[in-house]
Amino acid sequence: MKFLSLVIGNLKRKKLRTVLTVLSAFIAFLLFGLLCALKEGLLAGVNIADADRLVVRNKITLIQPLPVNYKNRIATIPGVDAVAPLTWFGGIYQDPKNFFATIPVDPETFLDVYREYPISAETKSEWLKTRNGAIVGEALMKKFGWKVGDIIPLTSPIWGQPEGESAWQFKIVGTYDTTKKGGDTSSMYFRWDYFDEGKVEQKGLIGWLTLRVKDKDQATAVAKAIDAEFANSPYETVTEGEGAFASSFAQQVGDIGTIVAGVVGAVFFTILLVAGNTMSQSVRERTEEIGVLKAMGFNNGLILGLVLAESCAIALAGGLIGLAMAAVISAANPFATVLPSFNLPDRDLIRGIIFALVLGLVAGAIPAIQAMRLQIATALRRN
Amino acid sequence: MNWFTQILSISIFNLRAIPERKGSALSAAFGIAGVVLVLTAVLAIAEGFKKSVTATGAPDVAVVLRSGSDSEMNSGLSRDETRVISDAPGIARGKRGPLTSAELFVIIDLPKRSTGTSANVPLRGVGENAYDVRGNIVLREGRFFEAGKNELIVGTGAARAFAGLEVGKSIKIGPNTWQVVGLFTADGGIAESEIWTDASVLQPAYNRGDTFQSVYAKLNSPGSFNEFKDALSLNPQLKTKVERLNEFYAAQTTMVSEFISKIGVTIASLMACGALFGALNTMYGAVSARTREISTLRALGFGSGPVIISVLAESVVLALIGGVLGAGIAWLAFDGYQASTLNWATFSQVTFAFAVTPQLLVQAILWSIVLGLLGGIFPAIRAARLPIAAALRET
Repeated sequence: MKFLSLVIGNLKRKKLRTVLTVLSAFIAFLLFGLLCALKEGLLAGVNIADADRLVVRNKITLIQPLPVNYKNRIATIPGVDAVAPLTWFGGIYQDPKNFFATIPVDPETFLDVYREYPISAETKSEWLKTRNGAIVGEALMKKFGWKVGDIIPLTSPIWGQPEGESAWQFKIVGTYDTTKKGGDTSSMYFRWDYFDEGKVEQKGLIGWLTLRVKDKDQATAVAKAIDAEFANSPYETVTEGEGAFASSFAQQVGDIGTIVAGVVGAVFFTILLVAGNTMSQSVRERTEEIGVLKAMGFNNGLILGLVLAESCAIALAGGLIGLAMAAVISAANPFATVLPSFNLPDRDLIRGIIFALVLGLVAGAIPAIQAMRLQIATALRRN
Repeated sequence: MNWFTQILSISIFNLRAIPERKGSALSAAFGIAGVVLVLTAVLAIAEGFKKSVTATGAPDVAVVLRSGSDSEMNSGLSRDETRVISDAPGIARGKRGPLTSAELFVIIDLPKRSTGTSANVPLRGVGENAYDVRGNIVLREGRFFEAGKNELIVGTGAARAFAGLEVGKSIKIGPNTWQVVGLFTADGGIAESEIWTDASVLQPAYNRGDTFQSVYAKLNSPGSFNEFKDALSLNPQLKTKVERLNEFYAAQTTMVSEFISKIGVTIASLMACGALFGALNTMYGAVSARTREISTLRALGFGSGPVIISVLAESVVLALIGGVLGAGIAWLAFDGYQASTLNWATFSQVTFAFAVTPQLLVQAILWSIVLGLLGGIFPAIRAARLPIAAALRET
């Protein structure tokens, strides 16, 4: 630590160069942080999925419906704890750009299966009493400035509007928040019985079902049993884990992981070149000084350490500021309409800091070894 | 020596000295190459995606949906309505009557070759006139499907992206088995991501009764569009929405194209800043390494203008080298690269090819020149302002 002043002194020697290199590192890590948040946003569903939840959908495709009585039939299969039917409503609030998820559910089973959305007892009883009641996520409430008790009109291009009316009217009976980090609170859930009565076509049909198994090690067996129950019927099913279900959507967008890794790789390589170059220049300029230090008694290991400390300091300075800025930007979420969840997970932050250290070490390695190997007499002679 | 000759001689002197500073010159050039590579690649995705969806929206083809629907999946038209639509004025006529095709659009699940996981693939039931309406469907392998049979033809994009769609193979959708009998292309347009079959066979397979979702009509001329649209909106039996095919396609893909472009431009801008700092570093380093040379030149009488321009010239040359390198790699590695992604509007896959267009390459080179100029201007000014006597003394 007593040599810290030496390291800092060296860095201050050509302030502009140090600042520019730190800025390059800053940009690299800002990009890294933003890309990690993007990947997280696109894979959000996968990460918050529960290991003990399964999703049952029509075997042909997700957009084909299932009969509502499947809920009762699945509930009788051994190993199933609770079953909740859900449907995609696709409601529009005023303008298609204001898009948010709207899903008709059966309140009791929904809250039983999705235990991460605790709502108060009064909200629940109010919901059971109000036929057109809906619960709205905290983030969504804030976005539009709604209050409990407001009537929200929605139109549905998929299902049309109720007979003789121009829009569906839902009354907000309460809000829900999530106990999971990165969970979604930007959706609206309302009652399926009100929806089924009002819709003009496809009565008695739901979209898909989510269920909780009693024992997560039995999940695969339960999934097989469910699919066997409905095999060779007009509505065959495919049951998979919630994580697999969510990841199949992300996979459809593309191999996000590889693309992100590719771009990050290109960025880091570039920064490595820049930082490495700076360190070499700086060492070359100080040949005489390093010679003096060695003559004074600094041993080779110490010289190596000093140079490495310098390059790590630059990399870490840029890295920490870049990651911090990325965290701030992702918290503000500029992509809200397309990606409801966009945050920088802690493990990527830690990974970023480790990368910064490694970058500093690699960039400084060659110059440091060169400095270490300098012969004192040769170094002092150079000017 | 006149001004122009001064510039030339200093610039050549500087450029000849680049090999002495190989390390920093390379790092600046590679930095810019990296930026150009990433920028070009990401914009090539956006271009390719847009191209595959809008390329074949002919101006004389119209598509009719139920009013209020934003995509074919949400629309519904009865057979009677499709007949009324076919009788409207402005539609071109073929041997079998008006050139219209009443169509169904559904989705099936197939495993994607690249990831092995299942994805939504569009399956379209078409009418007998579909080929004449679209005008650009060309059979590449096998034959067209026969009406009334469980036969499919597959677009080449879909065949490439999904497993199990070769001619002669059969796929099981629900309780029915379908045979793939042919492969077709559609000028690189969106139909190449689809699987086609006879609408009248698809209807019972999906419990659709006698309903369709859209009507594609070939008009007499692009100008007949208004006549056609007015006739349909004035008709009290119909509640429809009419669009030109190219406008319809454009609306379907704005969300995804904008998303990709936004991300691409953000990444590229950030990388450009990073490369800029690298270039600045290099050029400042170059100027400070040659302080004595530059002041000697100044002492000899070379003006400060030529000094500035020569430093800029050096910076631009380095940047151009990097830019050409990056653009070249992007073109070689990515042009025509096949990919597919989810189109949120239709909730199904669209296959496209990365398109590294000449405009993109020119854009890339321009970016690198701008970066070179920006990276060189401040060091250049510093070089010009060096106090000659003090600088000559500096080591």
